[in-house]
Amino acid sequence: MRLEFTDEEQAFRKEVRCFLREQLSTDISDKVLNGYELGREEHLLWQRRLHERGWGGMGWPVEFGGPGWNSVQQYIFEEESALAGGPRLIPFGTKMVAPVIMAFGTAAQQQRYLPKISAGEEWWCQGYSEPGAGSDLASLKTRAVRDGDHYVVDGQKTWNTLGQYADWIFCLVRTDAQAKQQAGITFLLINMKSAGITVRPIVLLDGGHEVNEIWFENVRVPIENRIGEENRGWTYAKFLLGHERTGIAGIGIAKRELARLKRIAAQERQHGRPLIEDPLFAAQIAQVEIDLWALEITNLRVLAAERRSPAAGPEASILKIRGTEIHQSISELLMRAVGPYALPFRREAMEAGWQFDPTREPPGPRYAATLAASYFNQRKLSIFGGTNEIQKNIISKMIVGL
Amino acid sequence: MNFEFSDEQRQLHDAVERYLSEQYGFDRFKAIKGSAAGWDPAVWRDLAELGVLAITVPAAQGGLGFGPLETLAMMGDCGRSLLLEPVLSSAVIATAVLRAFADETPAAELLAAMATGEKIAVLAHFESGARYESQWVSTRARRTGESYRLDGHKAVVMHAGAADTLLVSARTAQETGDAQGVSLFLVPRAAPGVVLDAYPTVDGQRAADVYLQGVEVPAGSRLGLEGAALNPIEAALDIGLAALCADAVGVMQALVDATVEYVRQRQQFGHPIGRFQVLQHRIADMLVHLEQARSMSYLAALRCNDKDIGARRRALSAAKAVIGQAGRFVGQQSLQLHGGMGMTDELKVSHWFKRLTAAQLMFGDSDVHLQRYAELTRGC
Ligand SMILES: Cc1cc2nc3c(=O)[nH]c(=O)nc-3n(C[C@H](O)[C@H](O)[C@H](O)COP(=O)(O)OP(=O)(O)OC[C@H]3O[C@@H](n4cnc5c(N)ncnc54)[C@H](O)[C@@H]3O)c2cc1C
Repeated sequence: MRLEFTDEEQAFRKEVRCFLREQLSTDISDKVLNGYELGREEHLLWQRRLHERGWGGMGWPVEFGGPGWNSVQQYIFEEESALAGGPRLIPFGTKMVAPVIMAFGTAAQQQRYLPKISAGEEWWCQGYSEPGAGSDLASLKTRAVRDGDHYVVDGQKTWNTLGQYADWIFCLVRTDAQAKQQAGITFLLINMKSAGITVRPIVLLDGGHEVNEIWFENVRVPIENRIGEENRGWTYAKFLLGHERTGIAGIGIAKRELARLKRIAAQERQHGRPLIEDPLFAAQIAQVEIDLWALEITNLRVLAAERRSPAAGPEASILKIRGTEIHQSISELLMRAVGPYALPFRREAMEAGWQFDPTREPPGPRYAATLAASYFNQRKLSIFGGTNEIQKNIISKMIVGL
Repeated sequence: MNFEFSDEQRQLHDAVERYLSEQYGFDRFKAIKGSAAGWDPAVWRDLAELGVLAITVPAAQGGLGFGPLETLAMMGDCGRSLLLEPVLSSAVIATAVLRAFADETPAAELLAAMATGEKIAVLAHFESGARYESQWVSTRARRTGESYRLDGHKAVVMHAGAADTLLVSARTAQETGDAQGVSLFLVPRAAPGVVLDAYPTVDGQRAADVYLQGVEVPAGSRLGLEGAALNPIEAALDIGLAALCADAVGVMQALVDATVEYVRQRQQFGHPIGRFQVLQHRIADMLVHLEQARSMSYLAALRCNDKDIGARRRALSAAKAVIGQAGRFVGQQSLQLHGGMGMTDELKVSHWFKRLTAAQLMFGDSDVHLQRYAELTRGC
């Protein structure tokens, strides 16, 4: 047993650092490091930078234009990128639909879609959830009916993250109402510019617009946009759910936020002393840091096991539960660290592209402006991608066998 | 031992509850929250008519002369309705401050005008380096002849924008951090040199940072003796803390009710999700927290006027610690059990959650009070 990465892996880490130093601009990293949102163009710009370096298809094999990294390399990249203030990678294209297209798509589909994902030319969003189908995804009702060489799609999807930016949506739709729930589902790729699609924003509790409702009314989708076979979509979707494990715990982002927490707690004063010297507050920082360390090693164990035999398993649920709990704790401590100055709430201060006006001092320290909003926003972590209750059901069924 | 409200208290509660449930629905809340001022003078007039603004004003100033239990009886309704008007800031806290000086004409006149809803006053006390330490005052008041000149910066003053008068604490002696040397002044909000940087707070209420830049006030606007204001300020803040606890318990009750209702009607996997035992237990835990919090809100109301300052502060810190922890659990779990819907601005749930978060951040969070409690009981 040893904890250290191999020499090659360490060399790889150096290479990633070097790339980030050269390619990551400070206007982007400043925003990321200070908790501000990025816009569509900033994300796509970053994707193009990665692409130019040959890293656009993160986690893809070489034959599809990816760098052919193993999961340890992906993990290292994500950690370094997070620490340096790199944009969070929007997963829907590279990490979600692309692996499905590679595994189950036709050669024509692979050629049509993958290069544009890698090059940051097309934005994808995920259309699984519906108002009546959240945790119970298989109860989804959006219908697709065959009409010649098209499907006609009717129904409603919801909670589509950044759907307002999307060129394409990958959807689960019902093609056989008679079959048992999971059996009648098909996986479709739908152009967001198709006639009959309406996108409506959902405002979340932090005042932000990151999710949408998407309505489909007689939307015609060519048959060639179907992945794999009709009525087998559930299998492909499950493949996708099990696919992403290396980054799910978000270790790098948690480390970055923890460092920010310590910086802020060192600047905040209580009884005229730095807050970080307060024994109770310091103990809570220590607790979350220790929890994170334990999770990091757990994550590394999963990676090491995968290096030997790549098989997605329910360990992802452990990483997801613990990771979200740790992120949520850190965001809560960040908010509490600034005390009363977490109360002022100026939505415009969180928007992408917001420029701090140096002629006007904000109330309280500048770093306080986004902290309550991100605490609110981070509550989503235990809800999306399978709620933490559902993850616990998976652990007790799949790992424990109860 | 008796935990019943008196008939009078119950009537007050019923009147406030009826008014708010009829007149202060979620749509009204959203409209007021989105308005420029962030509070509604028409609501303020109605509250005056109901007697809410006169509850703790002494009878000599035309008030009802009631105390913390009457405040407790109606604050829960304010929380449940997400009331944005400055009841806590003006009708509870500022009123409590002024009561200590009711034998002085300026305070007595202001109290009388507050009881009728004609005037609003708020306490501008905490400062940016203070966090939650009430003696951390560095704003200065310098006497020159028959007036004082005030310079300083007051942080996150709730409802300052709605106030006609600010009750400003400022140092006339000693240094930042000393309990002595703090004086209190009546400052018109519109006085030259008073600059407000106003903003909404996370829960949609309004606050401002108040900058005092060479503000001149006549010597007669000082309340009480020079340098002796911290005690009455702290006493008023404790009364406010008890009222805030009651507001938070009202919010928690609303969240428990809404969540129970939601898990009854939301169907997944062919059943109401309330059938899943893990959610049943979660709601049971929420209820346990709620009842503990309610108990401590009673304790806070019963003790916030206690002459024994040690006993008073122990009880209030204990209450705020419990209510902070309970509010955190109830708020977070209400969101969680609503799934994605809980995250939306559209549902009242997220607004209640934010009000609980704000309550946690006001007057010290549970950790601050846990530590204060430990200090107060060391060696006991
Ligand atoms: C910010 C955000 C972004 C999202 N982005 C996307 C996206 O891009 N694309 C997409 O398709 N979806 C997206 N989602 C949807 C997300 O996947 C769902 O919200 C999630 O699956 C939960 O479904 P629900 O909201 O309907 O909650 P419900 O399923 O109704 O759950 C409500 C509560 O019941 C609990 N519960 C349900 N079933 C059980 C059970 N069997 N046992 C125990 N407890 C149970 C849940 O844990 C939860 O606490 C997003 C959601 C959010 C909040």
